[in-house]
Amino acid sequence: MKRNSSDTKKVKLSCRNVWKVYGAHPDQFLKDSKDRFQDPAKLAEAIRESGQIVANANVSFDVHVGETFVIMGLSGSGKSTIVRCLSRLVEPTAGEILLDGDDLLKKSEKELIEIRRHKMGMVFQNFGLLPHLNVIDNIAFPLKLQGRDESERYSQAERVIKLVGLQGRESNFPKELSGGQQQRVGIARSLAVEPDVWFLDEPFSALDPLIRKQMQNEFLRIQSVLHKSIVFITHDFHEALRIADRMAIMRDGEVVQIGRPVDLILNPADGYVRDFTSDVPWEGVLRAADIAEQPQGPVDGLERIPGDTLIENMLRQLADHEEGVVVEGEDGSVLGIATARGVVAALASGSSDAPEAAKRYS
Amino acid sequence: MLAKFDRGFAQWIAVIIVTLIFVVAQKEWGWLSKYPEGWIIPLDDALNAILDWLVGNLGWFFLGISWLLDWPIKGVRWALNSLPWAVSVFLVTLIAQAASGWRLAVFALLSTLYMVVIGYWEESMNSLSLLAISVPLAILVGFSFGVLGFFSRRAERAIMPMLDILQTVPAFAYLLLILTLFGFGTVVGLIASVLYSFPPMVRNTIVGLRGVSDEIIESGIMSGATPAQLFWQVRVPSSLRQLLLGVNQATMASLSMVIIASIIGGTADIGWEVLSTIRKAQFGESLLAGLVIALMAMIIDRVTSGFAARSGEYDPTEKSFARRHRYWIAAIIGTVLFFALAEFVNVLEEWPREMEFSPAGALNDGLTYLIVNFRTEIETIKTLSLFFVMLPTKIGLQMAVSPFTWGFAMTPAHAAAYAFGMIAIAAFCTAKWNWRIGIFILLFAIFFYIGLTNMPWPAVVLVYSVAGWRIGGYRLGIGTALGFGFMAATGIWHEAMLSIYLCGIAVIISFAIGASIGIWAAHNDTVSAIMRPINDTLQTMPLFVILIPFVMIYKIGEFTALLAIIAYAFVPAVRYSEHGLRNLPENVIEAARMMGSTKWQMLWQVKVPLALPVMMLGLNQTIMYGIAMLVIAALVGTKGLEQVVYVGLSDGNFGHGFVAGIGMAIIAIIADRMTQAWSGKRQVELGLA
Ligand SMILES: Nc1ncnc2c1ncn2[C@@H]1O[C@H](COP(=O)(O)OP(=O)(O)OP(=O)(O)O)[C@@H](O)[C@H]1O
Ligand SMILES: [Mg+2]
Repeated sequence: MKRNSSDTKKVKLSCRNVWKVYGAHPDQFLKDSKDRFQDPAKLAEAIRESGQIVANANVSFDVHVGETFVIMGLSGSGKSTIVRCLSRLVEPTAGEILLDGDDLLKKSEKELIEIRRHKMGMVFQNFGLLPHLNVIDNIAFPLKLQGRDESERYSQAERVIKLVGLQGRESNFPKELSGGQQQRVGIARSLAVEPDVWFLDEPFSALDPLIRKQMQNEFLRIQSVLHKSIVFITHDFHEALRIADRMAIMRDGEVVQIGRPVDLILNPADGYVRDFTSDVPWEGVLRAADIAEQPQGPVDGLERIPGDTLIENMLRQLADHEEGVVVEGEDGSVLGIATARGVVAALASGSSDAPEAAKRYS
Repeated sequence: MLAKFDRGFAQWIAVIIVTLIFVVAQKEWGWLSKYPEGWIIPLDDALNAILDWLVGNLGWFFLGISWLLDWPIKGVRWALNSLPWAVSVFLVTLIAQAASGWRLAVFALLSTLYMVVIGYWEESMNSLSLLAISVPLAILVGFSFGVLGFFSRRAERAIMPMLDILQTVPAFAYLLLILTLFGFGTVVGLIASVLYSFPPMVRNTIVGLRGVSDEIIESGIMSGATPAQLFWQVRVPSSLRQLLLGVNQATMASLSMVIIASIIGGTADIGWEVLSTIRKAQFGESLLAGLVIALMAMIIDRVTSGFAARSGEYDPTEKSFARRHRYWIAAIIGTVLFFALAEFVNVLEEWPREMEFSPAGALNDGLTYLIVNFRTEIETIKTLSLFFVMLPTKIGLQMAVSPFTWGFAMTPAHAAAYAFGMIAIAAFCTAKWNWRIGIFILLFAIFFYIGLTNMPWPAVVLVYSVAGWRIGGYRLGIGTALGFGFMAATGIWHEAMLSIYLCGIAVIISFAIGASIGIWAAHNDTVSAIMRPINDTLQTMPLFVILIPFVMIYKIGEFTALLAIIAYAFVPAVRYSEHGLRNLPENVIEAARMMGSTKWQMLWQVKVPLALPVMMLGLNQTIMYGIAMLVIAALVGTKGLEQVVYVGLSDGNFGHGFVAGIGMAIIAIIADRMTQAWSGKRQVELGLA
């Protein structure tokens, strides 16, 4: 699923100019303000000055079918609030949420329940399991709410239990499980209704690093089978790197930048974004295509490598070929030439925190 | 040095000066020392008129309810009484086993056998049948109000004060109301017990429903729950443990009220047995009957809390149908079996009179022996406490010190020495700690010299109101002023001071004893292990029963009441002190240890100050327990508000008793708010909240 050119794909879910204000008069400022679209930062400032909390300010992005869209940001930057707006757990103060082109905010309570029963699944940071139900009943709970009969419930639940690898734990209660196992239950429950859109709010943040890594692999495996449209929240850039097709970075309720992880690394919009990306090992992120330069002379006879080769995997060839290697696209076209000098320059600019230098290569 | 004093100090000095002026001036102006008769608002007459109106106009309505409620009580009573005792004993044992295992089962078996053998089976069943109706009703009412309060903050704001009043107005004050409206009979006990026991269910329901985490609720919504599904399938089951805690508390409150309500008589239950034997001075018998109540209370408490603790417990092994339903199967088989046995073996059906075993006579003899042989010791304890603690607090050193009591008369020289001594102590404490302690000592010195009942009433109102204001803000200050004003204006001032005097002494002693034991228990696991069952037993013990041993030794009087209150009220002080000291932040203790503090420094300069907010909550509970016991202590002839309440009940003067009851509620609520506010403030200051 990585690096598919998702831009060309259909949009599954999108939010347009979404605001969420907590306070005494949330929509006082938003009703008919010109700044709402023109200068959201100014408007947000004005609302904050009135003593209210701006959790989301003019947030817009699209999530494509089958894509993993990651939202990142510091604590309090409004990540949870925006997914809750997307699922309408929280009512946005202004803006539009479109699911398959339909405005979610216009749906009645009844229609919403139907949508949640069939089209949405959500995973929570602290699992949100029901303490009085065992594993299988927790997972089958959404189906029970729909009034499906027991045999159907359990056979469907068994399927997702297998998917998350919890066989044999069906009759345990949540408090008898480890954190990782509990989150598997949370994942299985959110998948039991076979949703199209899958929300995950920091699903692995409560787990220790080793388990987290393992759960990320598990997540990637599941997604490679199911191809859901995913909104995934994290505050860990490494996690985002591993799983994101595209990502958005948020600060103080606003989206600062949207793009592929590598775009954010190479072209951070500002220092805030750069702070997130600065401790990323570049050789594990940059690929041959990212550093390819215009060839100075003829390229015939040089070694050829695919454009998506990670730099850490092409060091051998570079060492053997002082004159460089040719980087080719998926269709065999020549993208440019990669040289040892170019790689070193790119890595140097990464470690010296001066990505302007690297921009030349992108 | 000066920085230690702030505006509060100046305010208190002003209060002290005004108080002293009032004290001096009350000799000139009589209205200062005694609230003038002419100013008294005849609230009791108004209340009586309301009651008359209710009886006259809506009497049929209440009698109708009474008639309706009488049927289920009669039904259960009949069922429990016609069941062979062997079947009941078996079922109780089985329930105990299911709730908490074989230890409780053995305890339940022995306890119920005791009830049979001692000859109180029928009385016990009569009390139990009332409980069997009142508990479900209380749970239903409590849960409904709880749900209402959960959904609507406005409803909650209306409900909460109602609960405070129901839990603090003494039952004796409204028993007469119920009696007049619903008519004589067991229904009175039922209604009183529901009224008293549904409030804890409301509180626990609200806390439980509110306490469900946002994520669980959100996960329910995202699972596609409708609002009704969300409530019944997500919120309620997620708060089950708290709800069951509410059931436990409601049950215990219900039982205690069933016992208290038997004071109106005609119920032929176990509470009546205790009361009537006390009145006839048959202490051996009343002790045996009291033990029955205590045992019942303990079984019911352990069973309900056992089920609460087991909720959500899970045994992962796969089980067959028979194993999963083993208790139901056992219940059916056992019941049939014992029924059949009882058909042939008559003893199992009804325990014959001549086989009853009652050591009451022996108990009475033992008691007589004790009293005769230790007369001097018993009398000395009483006299010392009376002369040196109780009398001075009540009427002041100025009157209590006489050649007869203290061995000398109070001369101006003595008084001056007292004044200088106290000022010196106050100054010393101010220098060493802070001015608050100094001010407290000065106020105490004045009150102790004049005596609580001889203090000018405006001075008392002033001191308490300013204390309320300083501790809990202006609202509490105004509330306190209004509350004390109410007691002056309705003509119950003198009795109120007598209640505060008796309860105050008892609370101070209880807290001193309780906190000391608590501190000890926090540092010594053996003490802790010994105290736990003692505390549990005392806390579940119905109040009447605690009175018995003290009446046996000291007969009636204020001293008996004092001892009974202490015996009941020291328990929360132990609990909270131990809890507070055992749950201190570990890093602070370690830091202090690293600084090289000795054990005593650690205790007094680190642990106790940090645990003080929690200990204050213990004091709060000590006061509440003390007031609860004070109400019952009216039976042994105290003289305060509680006595007015009691007399109101026995004389049929509802208004009079009820006004006094409100007075007691006011005292309780003010004390509660002050200690809570103080504890809360302190926790914030210490960064613990
Ligand atoms: N119900 C609420 N009432 C008032 N303010 C709220 C509420 N919910 C969130 N906020 C505020 O909105 C802002 C955004 O919160 P949000 O939970 O979306 O942040 P987040 O990015 O998810 O942070 P974290 O990483 O800590 O989960 C915060 O300042 C928060 O205090
Ligand atoms: Mg969050």
